[in-house]
Amino acid sequence: MNTKSLKIAVASGKGGTGKTLVAINLALSVGADQVLDCDVEEPNDHIFLKPSEIKSEPVELLVPVIDEEKCTYCRKCAEFCQYNALFVAGETAMVFNELCHSCGGCKLVCPENAITEQPRSIGEIFTGNAKGIELVYGKLNIGEAIAVPIIAAVKERSKEEGLVILDSPPGSACPVVESVMDTDYVIMVTEPTPFGLHDLEVATEVVKQLGIPLGVVVNFAGIGDRGVYEYCEKMGIPIIMEIPYDRHIAELYSRGTPFTDEMTEWKPKFKQLLERIKEELQ
Amino acid sequence: MKQVTILSGKGGTGKTTITACFATLSENAVFADCDVDASNLHLLLNPEIKETNEFMGLNVAYIDPEKCIQCGKCVEVCRFNAIEDYIVDPIHCEGCKVCVVNCPVEAIEYNPRVSGHAYISETKYGPMSHARLTPGMENSGKLVTQVRQNASKIAEEKEKDLVLVDGSPGIGCPVIASIANVNASVVVVEPTLSGIHDLKRALELLEHFEITPYVIVNKYDINEEHSADLKKFCKENNIELLGMIPFDPTVTKAMVQRTPIVEFSPDSPAAKAIVETWKRFSSLLF
Repeated sequence: MNTKSLKIAVASGKGGTGKTLVAINLALSVGADQVLDCDVEEPNDHIFLKPSEIKSEPVELLVPVIDEEKCTYCRKCAEFCQYNALFVAGETAMVFNELCHSCGGCKLVCPENAITEQPRSIGEIFTGNAKGIELVYGKLNIGEAIAVPIIAAVKERSKEEGLVILDSPPGSACPVVESVMDTDYVIMVTEPTPFGLHDLEVATEVVKQLGIPLGVVVNFAGIGDRGVYEYCEKMGIPIIMEIPYDRHIAELYSRGTPFTDEMTEWKPKFKQLLERIKEELQ
Repeated sequence: MKQVTILSGKGGTGKTTITACFATLSENAVFADCDVDASNLHLLLNPEIKETNEFMGLNVAYIDPEKCIQCGKCVEVCRFNAIEDYIVDPIHCEGCKVCVVNCPVEAIEYNPRVSGHAYISETKYGPMSHARLTPGMENSGKLVTQVRQNASKIAEEKEKDLVLVDGSPGIGCPVIASIANVNASVVVVEPTLSGIHDLKRALELLEHFEITPYVIVNKYDINEEHSADLKKFCKENNIELLGMIPFDPTVTKAMVQRTPIVEFSPDSPAAKAIVETWKRFSSLLF
């Protein structure tokens, strides 16, 4: 770990457990340098941080363009493509852009040099400032399937120094891997219910495979059962914070207000959370 | 046979709770859990697994160190930065095969990998198709498609009139796979600014694929002002609002007992509202 930088990812497995709540309130309470919202399918951090002076730039992927003057419809490209993004039959050659992973394979296997590549926009990334924090977030265009390149583009803007907090998407598939990869620590936010436990287990498997240290924040503490606590004890995963189920927190959340803005007694608790993480990392 | 997908955009709004209740209330349906990387429906429907099939994702490259001459060609052509020191990182490898065909000494193997499992099960409410993606894997969309194909096959064989699909959060590949060619989609929203933001993106996605949307507002009393706005929004956009479900701690109690709330506590406020919602939806659907 670079002593000048600390990258903390907030992940969960199950959606709606409070990733954004923890990421935003931690960032505001400790004065983080940057927040990267890696949930590019449904980004929400900007709703709470309300950044200004937003700059946007497109995220582009290279996709093949077939020159039908040169194409002999030999089908080599379609046979090669592992993603079924090319279709060649009779005297027709088609590209299904949304399925293309931009590997460049079709261009390499075309014997006629009939394939070139052109950039195609699949989404955007935005950079803005809010209360001294730089927020970078991405948006996948509606109808596009592949989120990972946008997450990668958000992460490319990561500061090399200072405290960077990454808000991960839910689940345990490739977008989560892309988001938490190369971070120093993962905060796993869960709820103490059977759903929360099940998805905590699968997401923990991902983080452990990547060899990143992690701790659990139990949100909505007081509801449900003891399964999450028993699991953490069994696995030796520290529970680094508990946030009780509190109607006032839920109402502030519903209005897009970071709850530590009004319930200021929570700011020192988030500062302690950061100190706890630093201790865990030593 | 009709197919319906329950969606939300934002996670944790109550998709699975509502899907499980609809499953309980339906009379002749098959259930498909398409949230393959954070599946929960089985925790409420308690399926008995009858058949398990391996899910083969994309192949993965492997460099044989005995044959490799370290020429650097594979590193040059790989666009996923998956090769370092002539070792393929299986987490980054997207199985495109470009390195395999460009290796001058045929040192790169292209091996199949099991990326998850698909299950066909029985529940007390009807047959169920579900899956588990190996954590960290790609291709959840392809596994979703397999779960849906299994469900459709069962529906045809057993002459079911409904396939009820529990979707995943977001708008990307697994969601697109879970709504392909369905008759309708029900979006479950909570009355928070994030929930509304994500609902709108989910509705845009449904419009893009020309699928009829329905909306359910869950935990409507968390913010009644936003719920009123949602009601107005649905009216203005000609979207059928199927129901408003109150916040009810019994939902969590039912979950802890691994039982759909309409069965666990039929007289609870949430259960009553869900029953009304189902009646309205089934009358519109059939």
